Amino acid sequence: MNTPNLEDMGCGTSSATKDKKSEKALKAALVIQNWYRGYRARLKTRQRYALTIFQSIEYADEQGQLQLSNFFSFMLENYTHVQEKEPGLVTRLFGSSIQDKDRQDYLELIEIPDSYCGPRLQFPLTFTDIDLLIEAFKQQQILHAYYVLEVLFETKKVLQQMPNFTHTNTSPSKEITICGDLHGKLDDLFLIFYKNGLPSVTNPYVFNGDFVDRGKNSMEILMILFVSFLVYPNDLHLNRGNHEDFMMNMRYGFTKEILHKYKLHGKKILQILEEVYTWLPIGTIIDNEVLVIHGGISESTDLNLLHRIERNKMRSVLMPPIPMDGDRAEKKNKLGTTTVAQGSRTSGSFSEQLTKQEWEQVIDILWSDPRGKRGCYPNTNRGGGCYFGPDITSKILNKYQLKILVRSHECKPEGYEICHDGKVITVFSASNYYEEGSNRGAYIRMSSGTTPRFFQYQITKATCFRPLYQRVNAIESSAIRMLKERMISRKTDLIRAFQLQDRNKSGKLSMGQWAFSMENVLGLNLPWRSLSSHLVTTDKDGNIDYMSGFQDVHIQKPVKEVQSTLIETVYRYRSDLQIIFNIIDSDHSGLISMEEFRSMWKLFKSHYSVHIDDSQFDELAERMDLNKDGSIDFNEFLKAFYVVHKFDQLNKSDTKLA
Amino acid sequence: MADDRDRDGTEIAVAEFHKKIKEAFEVFDHESNNTVDVREVGTIIRSLGCCPSEGELHDLIAEVEEEEPTGYIRFEKFLPVMTEVLLERRYRPIPEDILLRAFEVLDPAKRGFLSKDELIKYMTEEGEPFSQEEMEEMLSAAIDPESNSILYKDYITMMVIDEN
Repeated sequence: MNTPNLEDMGCGTSSATKDKKSEKALKAALVIQNWYRGYRARLKTRQRYALTIFQSIEYADEQGQLQLSNFFSFMLENYTHVQEKEPGLVTRLFGSSIQDKDRQDYLELIEIPDSYCGPRLQFPLTFTDIDLLIEAFKQQQILHAYYVLEVLFETKKVLQQMPNFTHTNTSPSKEITICGDLHGKLDDLFLIFYKNGLPSVTNPYVFNGDFVDRGKNSMEILMILFVSFLVYPNDLHLNRGNHEDFMMNMRYGFTKEILHKYKLHGKKILQILEEVYTWLPIGTIIDNEVLVIHGGISESTDLNLLHRIERNKMRSVLMPPIPMDGDRAEKKNKLGTTTVAQGSRTSGSFSEQLTKQEWEQVIDILWSDPRGKRGCYPNTNRGGGCYFGPDITSKILNKYQLKILVRSHECKPEGYEICHDGKVITVFSASNYYEEGSNRGAYIRMSSGTTPRFFQYQITKATCFRPLYQRVNAIESSAIRMLKERMISRKTDLIRAFQLQDRNKSGKLSMGQWAFSMENVLGLNLPWRSLSSHLVTTDKDGNIDYMSGFQDVHIQKPVKEVQSTLIETVYRYRSDLQIIFNIIDSDHSGLISMEEFRSMWKLFKSHYSVHIDDSQFDELAERMDLNKDGSIDFNEFLKAFYVVHKFDQLNKSDTKLA
Repeated sequence: MADDRDRDGTEIAVAEFHKKIKEAFEVFDHESNNTVDVREVGTIIRSLGCCPSEGELHDLIAEVEEEEPTGYIRFEKFLPVMTEVLLERRYRPIPEDILLRAFEVLDPAKRGFLSKDELIKYMTEEGEPFSQEEMEEMLSAAIDPESNSILYKDYITMMVIDEN
């Protein structure tokens, strides 16, 4: 039989067959399209869930920062013998900056070997040095510490001349480009320069903070930005972000990157960098209309005050000003007499703090997030700054006759997001921030009187994208892994919460009960019902076997005989412990004395209300045999606590230690 | 009594549906103000296991939109409508065997595959046509690179495994 021909307008029967055939094809197409759209939507949702997990955990970690900062205050306020025995520690935290006359001392001591084939900068810097650096970094060369230090010293010198807010103007022929967080992702910076051109007098840029941490090329990004700034100080504007903070760097990777790339001079670099950060401007104001700051605002944001403060006194978000009362003054004098003789840092420096009000104003600028809800609320997710609503935005913008607030600080799937009725723009420039395929990056071009234009991009390792379902699978597994590590680090608390609800000791809970405990104990606002299938087993009645969540993950016990609760606790607080150890280890040797180790643990224990026998901890330290002439190698100590995923090809989890 | 138990059963079901719907909605509520962009409503509904056609989706959106469309859908309007949809088990997903038969209809010669051009033609010209983005995405996963065609039986099996 002949298949009907579209041209065949002949007899009724063949036309009817043709209609029937095309009707069947239509129905088949509809079925396939319907199915595919459903499938695609579920993929997109899984992708969104994964992002929500990453983000919740990230913010919960930031909240941990606050606890750590409270610990430092607690430590300093309540343990006077720490102040007496460890004056070095206190001055380290509160000491004033290194004087400029030390610059020559530092640089003179550094020799660049003839074998060095990395880039050599020529001061005063010109645009050729920018090109030189970019080319060198593309070939994965490392800039010698000598040049790094020179750039840092110069940058500090120039930044010191600048006010707290940079004021700049655009014109129809001179647009400005605003970039958000880069977080050490060098490829993204290269892509931006490739698409948008290098900075120059006719191509100005604002980089809105968070240049460093997390990514593996924070140093290279910083060098490119600082060198460009030195060449074009009036056209390349840098704003401080919450990660331009030496304590954040200890936790989120930059300190580690520096000590790894610069084994000999890393410590010096860290010291200078600490100060350079404090001189970064708080924000940029474009055409007196657009306020560009890293985080956001609060209802009490006072731009006049912020213009006036001595911004370089803001050393770290983790070091709020210590209250000054009579007692304090006495202690200050005590310190003044015992430590003034020591090394490069002077003390008696409690006067070198901001007032509490000033400090909070800066925290709000660096840490706040916009939300749809009206009003201003403490940012409980992050533990600092606030959530500000559209009414707050209007109020503050009107107060200072501004039109738009451009900020960064939050990762957005499309690289940017507009909210509060067009008045707040978030721009985020690190694509694939959480995981490959997690999000795009973006930058903004704008000039006075025209609508801002957005440019998006996404770096990919492969020459073409993997299919959507593979990308989603990848980020989903990664997110679930992280979530499981969270769960295991709170295993004892979770089991206690579950058992409280499990009256009949059946080992099972309803979905509602399980979700409630998970949210409460972990403090993560996640879609638990939708995620449950990845985390636990459910029986045919819809009840959850809550112990199944811990089945395929466990924390490796570095020493068999020690209690699980101790292992769990150290694992859970490992980033905090790392920061604390790093602070104590003032000469960055990686070693602290056994005695310091023990007394830190005691302090930590009491502040964090951890109930573990001291003897357990001692035994752990002894058995791990990390004792090297009475010192503990704390990096080795912490590395020994990691999570094993049973069904993993890799055995060690990505603990993402700072 | 049986009636009471039924009522309890429905109440519990409704309560659980409410929580499920709320979770799915919140994930897309970027500003945490109980609204989502209208363009994401289709994704939310589908993520809850329903498979409305584009036409049916259009009607659903009309039900949950404001009188004067703002581009945003509020949770208060979305919840009751979506609860009904779930209770009535509307827009059930396509079973695997129906999906296979649909592909076979488009492959009357029973070769076991569709050429890339054939799939594109059907998906973008018939039924409720795909956008370019949808077409490209489907192709990236469905195309067998060696033959440059869609081996639909393998494709379906792969997708089903991935979803489970």
